[in-house]
Amino acid sequence: MGSMGTASAIRTENLSRSYRRPKKAKAADGSPAGDLIALDGVSLDIREGELFGLLGPNGAGKTTLIKILTTLLAPTGGRGWVDGLDVVTQAKLVRPRINMVSGGESCGYGVLNVRENLWLFAQIYGVSNAVARERIDRMLDVVGLADKASTKVSHLSTGQRQKMNFCRGFITDPKVLFLDEPTLGLDVNAARAIRKFVREWLAERPDRTLLLTTHYMSEADELCDRLAIIDHGKMLACDTPGALKKQVQEHPLFEIGIAPGEVPVKIAHLPGVHQATEHAGPTSMTLKVSLSEESAIGQVVQAIVEAKARILSLKKVEPTLEDVFIELVGHGIEDVAK
Amino acid sequence: MKNAISLFLRTMIARAYPRIIGMRRQPSWVIHEAILPILSVAAFAYVYRAMKAPEEYVGFVILGGAMTAFWLNVLWSMGAQLYWERSSGNLEIYIMAPGSMMAVLAGMALGGMVLTFVRASVIMGVGILMFQVPFAPTSWSLLIGVFLLTLLALYGLGMMFASVFLLWGREAWHIVNLLQEPVFLMTGMNFPLKILPTAVASAAAIIPLTAGMDALRQLLFGVEGFWPVWIEALLLAGLSVLFIALAARLLAYLERLASKEGRLTVKWQ
Repeated sequence: MGSMGTASAIRTENLSRSYRRPKKAKAADGSPAGDLIALDGVSLDIREGELFGLLGPNGAGKTTLIKILTTLLAPTGGRGWVDGLDVVTQAKLVRPRINMVSGGESCGYGVLNVRENLWLFAQIYGVSNAVARERIDRMLDVVGLADKASTKVSHLSTGQRQKMNFCRGFITDPKVLFLDEPTLGLDVNAARAIRKFVREWLAERPDRTLLLTTHYMSEADELCDRLAIIDHGKMLACDTPGALKKQVQEHPLFEIGIAPGEVPVKIAHLPGVHQATEHAGPTSMTLKVSLSEESAIGQVVQAIVEAKARILSLKKVEPTLEDVFIELVGHGIEDVAK
Repeated sequence: MKNAISLFLRTMIARAYPRIIGMRRQPSWVIHEAILPILSVAAFAYVYRAMKAPEEYVGFVILGGAMTAFWLNVLWSMGAQLYWERSSGNLEIYIMAPGSMMAVLAGMALGGMVLTFVRASVIMGVGILMFQVPFAPTSWSLLIGVFLLTLLALYGLGMMFASVFLLWGREAWHIVNLLQEPVFLMTGMNFPLKILPTAVASAAAIIPLTAGMDALRQLLFGVEGFWPVWIEALLLAGLSVLFIALAARLLAYLERLASKEGRLTVKWQ
């Protein structure tokens, strides 16, 4: 964990955002259209020097929150501050202090090479040529793109463009950086290098703050000092990864491997079962069962055997952030993504 | 203040850079941006020659051909540009950055002017050599001054278009098409403006090309224009101020509206 200050780097107070649906549009349940609520009264306080994570399924409101904090979108209710400045009334003062990188972005000019594109984006922040050159060189090394510095962006692969985009966020040395799914679609090594750099960057600059959204639970667990879980625009929990996991520790957790092709077993409604999820893998199906009492595992095993399913493995496991997420949201993050 | 000016200039030069460098990296522009326009200029020139029209009419057509390049650049590369910037994801980066959007627009204009100046010079040079057009500028300084004022007003209009077109989204494409051809007629791109009815020519004065080309023709070929050169120069200066001020107002309004309605973050609409 980095050395955190006591000052707020990001603060929101009942921040809300709704969109007006077209008159003829209907809500998902077929009812007449009302406003679509993307963010519903979110209050956050992120301290200076903190690496704060936002976890939530697609459409949870994470990107909406980031767009508001980066002055791109006006809230329809509540207020937000970055580095003590109001994101609506003091947007022009907020902008020199921030930057944002969104995974899967395809920004830049194809006719320019990687170095020229990064130089362009440094110029609009007033970074001098000498400083820009130095930062660009370092960042290209970090993401392993140094050998492509003189390659036109139109000739880069999607992953390489994403790496360039990641560099763009850091070359302006922002006080508060927003990373929206920065490792989305990157290969394992590149994602690992990026995670390592993010940690080093914050360690070198204790007055910098980073707000990260990610789908990858392990990434959030590894990187974040604190996390907020958000769904349907509402914040459901906010704490350190360790404290969040402790919240679900009161329910003993078992992982049961079942041979593939067996009869599906319905155990979610068995007495003593708090929650159950299943994940079909290539070689087996895994049931993850959270119990109200540990002794209920006997009934679960019996139900599986009675359903003529073959148990391959059974083990008690420690809760992960995925389990916290399931506990709070009712389903896995990938279930919605799928 | 010094920092604000420095940031404005850095942003402007940075945004102009892709346009200027693109000309060097994509040399195929010579074919479709210079050689093809010369063919259409040649067609008009031969018609005038066949009709035994005064020789300066051929010069009008060559000048019109060169200025057409600026008009097309203003419509396609200025007017529609912010719309494309949004589609490519660059717009939200520009808006989120401390560099002003007016500097971004000024950079687009500067890049467009430099790029199109080279194209227009090729058209003018080849046209003059091909048709041996006699031109005798009465005043080089006045000629350069009027030309620069025309560009300033024209690109000021382009900056205004950029803001408006962003607001209209996908319809921008149709609006650009709608503006393209009628302007060739209204501004007297290939014929003397005096031929048009006074009311039509006066109404067309809102387009900087009208007064600009009429003044340039007077200064280059010593012919009588629709208005005296000094009136046209004043008109161009007034239009420059008007369009740039309107562009700034519209941009600020658009930014507020887009942020309120969430339009800046929608890539395609």
